[in-house]
Amino acid sequence: MAVDAQAPSRGFLGASFRTCPETGLKVCSQAEALIKVNAVVAVVFLAVGGFFGLLVALTRWPAVHLLPADWFYLLLTAHGADVLLFWIVFFEVAVLYFASAIILNCRLAAPKFAWLAFVLMVVGAVLANVAVLQGESSVMFTSYVPMQAAPHFYLGLIVFAVGTLIAVCCFFGTLVIAREERSYEGSVPLVTFGAITAAIIAVFTLASGAIILIPTFLWSIGYISHIDPLMYKIIWWGMGHASQQINVSAQVAIWYAVAAMLLGAKPLSEKVSRMAFLMYILFLQLASAHHLLVEPGVSSEWKIFNTSYALYLAVLGSMIHGMSIPGAMEAAQRRNGFNNGIFEWLRKAPWGNPAFSGTMLSIVIFGFLGGITGVIMGTEQLNLIMHNTLYVPGHFHATVVGGTTLAFMAITYLLVPLIFRKEIMFKKIAQWQPYVFGAGISGISLFMMGAGTLGVARRHWDIGFSDAAMSFDYPATAFLMMGLNGISAICAAVGGLMFVLVVVCSVFFGKARTPESIAASPTLPSTGSAETVTTYGSEAHPKLPGTVVLVAVFFVAFVLYYYVNWKYLSEVWPLS
Amino acid sequence: MSEQGTGSGGAPEERVPAMQRLLDNPFLLLFLGVATPAVLYLLWGVMELSQIPLAPQ
Ligand code: HEM
Ligand SMILES: [Cu+2]
Repeated sequence: MAVDAQAPSRGFLGASFRTCPETGLKVCSQAEALIKVNAVVAVVFLAVGGFFGLLVALTRWPAVHLLPADWFYLLLTAHGADVLLFWIVFFEVAVLYFASAIILNCRLAAPKFAWLAFVLMVVGAVLANVAVLQGESSVMFTSYVPMQAAPHFYLGLIVFAVGTLIAVCCFFGTLVIAREERSYEGSVPLVTFGAITAAIIAVFTLASGAIILIPTFLWSIGYISHIDPLMYKIIWWGMGHASQQINVSAQVAIWYAVAAMLLGAKPLSEKVSRMAFLMYILFLQLASAHHLLVEPGVSSEWKIFNTSYALYLAVLGSMIHGMSIPGAMEAAQRRNGFNNGIFEWLRKAPWGNPAFSGTMLSIVIFGFLGGITGVIMGTEQLNLIMHNTLYVPGHFHATVVGGTTLAFMAITYLLVPLIFRKEIMFKKIAQWQPYVFGAGISGISLFMMGAGTLGVARRHWDIGFSDAAMSFDYPATAFLMMGLNGISAICAAVGGLMFVLVVVCSVFFGKARTPESIAASPTLPSTGSAETVTTYGSEAHPKLPGTVVLVAVFFVAFVLYYYVNWKYLSEVWPLS
Repeated sequence: MSEQGTGSGGAPEERVPAMQRLLDNPFLLLFLGVATPAVLYLLWGVMELSQIPLAPQ
């Protein structure tokens, strides 16, 4: 039902459409503009926050020990906020608009509010950054009370959250419009369903955030005298952890989207994949409790129910996605003619296309490094051997950087030609970027986890304890790990810089896409990909020997690593 | 292994399975997705906290 003529423009905030020359989709101009501004601002925060991350990592490299202690904690706070909040959430808002207005072929609801949301988010993010950089708010990402930041730090976060909530409402409104205007038939496509999952989790996240940040703000200006630290932790993690599940849902939706757009891959079973998302909606947020596993004051029943029984249902959801996306790719590749042996489909996949390689690396790093270690840390007993060590940042750099950030980077390589309608510049750099970034991130993740296993604390300025009253010696291997971590951080930072360079140059200075360049190098190579991503439907009769092998490798790794950690635990308490 | 779930339009009178109706209703999902963690994580957790006796002053 693509319209063939451009609707007459109805001024700045009216709904006008263009027809995409690459996909034939009807593109709402407001949605398009909002996707652009949100994505650009996101990349700015990634660049700034990533740079801070490099400085933090170089400080934790004992031989370099770059920053003084106060700057270390200041920039650690700024790093966490800029990358995990601002980069990720701005990009997620772009993803929500894409998955609603663009994929469902309809106009964006209430564009005025969507612009208001954008302005609030920018104001909030800048305010929080100013507060942190002024130096009175080095409370780190978790901002646990009774540590107190400057009032405008909390205010910035609240304003940012209000903006995000408005954006989420625009997303839900767009769903209503699409249904009423019948811009799709039957059920929404899976990518949109993934975005719905993300948006639902976002509502819980933002509600928890409001419940805890507003009183904390009032406390910082003196209206409330006391906030109970444990109460703060419980509610704060309702936001802090649940927000990571927004990332997971958005990133999985992107995996499905890229598989569909580049290979024409349809989900193996749309029903099963939707059930996996339902598991996320119901259970993923409960895992917030894994941050309180060593807390006295809450019962083991509460801890174990929320982090084990319920969480495993959500992990099941992730494993379903983790199998069904490579499976969908295999099925599509075999349909496309790569049918020899077990792995021809994988060997002959478009590894030179950064959107594809970024997605694959995201799946592998998220699954093998992030997922397995997450289940381990979320087990109450095993948590004791790595709680608050560098193992924790090691784990979550695999999830939010290797998984989410890399997936967002990957789809950016498709958004630049499709939404910004610009050619990707520096094709060679773009081609290498996911590999360089992926290698760096895998390195920081593995080496931080290695150091954490040796007991090195997270958020610690000096592991040499040079001016401490009581000295302590970590094993030499711990120092080696921190050095290797520093080198990996440089590699990751180079990969991040390559991304920023390619994207910023392409968006602002790139050549516009023309009908000739579209014909010469189509963004979506196989015909019908646009339809695959925008409709509901499953692969017909897939045979997937390759995926079966990959899944078996995953399970073996999972089981082995799980038991290795129980063995470590058993050595903590020698019983003989 | 019915193929009703493919949502290919079909006859409108065809009975839509309950699960599919749930999955097609974002606002019902929104309710479930907020209520479940609000009860099992937040409320339950906060109730346990509020039962911890205060230290005598
Ligand atoms: C060049 C890329 C990056 C490098 C080298 C890097 C490095 C680091 C290092 C060394 C730490 C400190 C660990 C500690 O001492 O406890 C850290 C913390 C953190 N990083 Fe990154 N990181 C990078 C990118 C990212 C990205 C993209 C995200 C989010 C999407 C992220 C999220 C975080 C968070 C949330 C913390 C914890 C802050 C806190 O403890 O308050 N990092 N990072
Ligand atoms: Cu968590």
